[in-house]
Amino acid sequence: MKSAIVVFPGSNREQDARAALKQATGRDPAMVWHRDTGLPDVDLILIPGGFSYGDYLRCGAMAAHSPIMREVAARAQKGVAVLGVCNGFQILTETGLLPGVLLRNASLKFVCRNVTLKVENSQTLFTSGYAAGQRLSIPVAHGDGNYFAEPDTLDRLEERGQIAFRYCDGNGETTAAANPNGSIRNIAGIFNETKNVLGLMPHPENAIEPLQGSTDGRPLFDGLVQALS
Amino acid sequence: MKARVHITLKTGVLDPQGRAIQHALGSLGFANVADVRQGKYIELDLQETDQARAREAVDAMCKKLLANTVIENYSVEIGS
Repeated sequence: MKSAIVVFPGSNREQDARAALKQATGRDPAMVWHRDTGLPDVDLILIPGGFSYGDYLRCGAMAAHSPIMREVAARAQKGVAVLGVCNGFQILTETGLLPGVLLRNASLKFVCRNVTLKVENSQTLFTSGYAAGQRLSIPVAHGDGNYFAEPDTLDRLEERGQIAFRYCDGNGETTAAANPNGSIRNIAGIFNETKNVLGLMPHPENAIEPLQGSTDGRPLFDGLVQALS
Repeated sequence: MKARVHITLKTGVLDPQGRAIQHALGSLGFANVADVRQGKYIELDLQETDQARAREAVDAMCKKLLANTVIENYSVEIGS
């Protein structure tokens, strides 16, 4: 599986993503600077976490209009897998590749800790390494991860299996206490309609080796390799 | 030509920052504040002399970048 990571000024988790992809694929992903005019021919494009453009105006708003994102959108239309993590998720919603928006955390606090996620749909490229309903321990690190969309959009997402992950407690219950940022319906990540684009606030690339306290992120990348190779 | 844009949250969108401001005002002794919603104000200086064209351009800017129309409304004033 060949992959590329798009790097914006202010991206800061691209090396973590690189390590995760290198571990899973055995090859170094292409690191594409946002001003590059072309994307290499790859199976997966990853938009990493960070504070692209300093979160000026709105998180991900400026990056969404970078010329490279037009190319990413074109690839997504063709069915290439696109994974947006944290700031990457924000960028994908600002481009319209994913519905909804990420607002300031309801608590107004920057939350930086491991959370428990429930896999809502395991029948996709990204989640085939997990079982349906499986609980994962994955770190989050964000101040603006509060997912919001209109009720009819949310209902459509639910009906079409586009909810990827939800925040839950140790028993798999999607409680308010288990929700680190106030996201509506405890939504932590969503797919687009054709399920080749995934955006999520948690960082699976930071749960790939025992030293990080959890390796629950590995099956996401291993599953992608299986599905796309 | 000057354009002034006000960007505000749609009704129903949670505004925890507005709430924090309301609490801070309360701590300062302003007890009669029922609600606070925080928005953005952007001033543009356009090299355009035609009001209608200016309005059209700023409207497009709002839709494309300045406002996220999922959660925000915008209003535009043209001219000083």
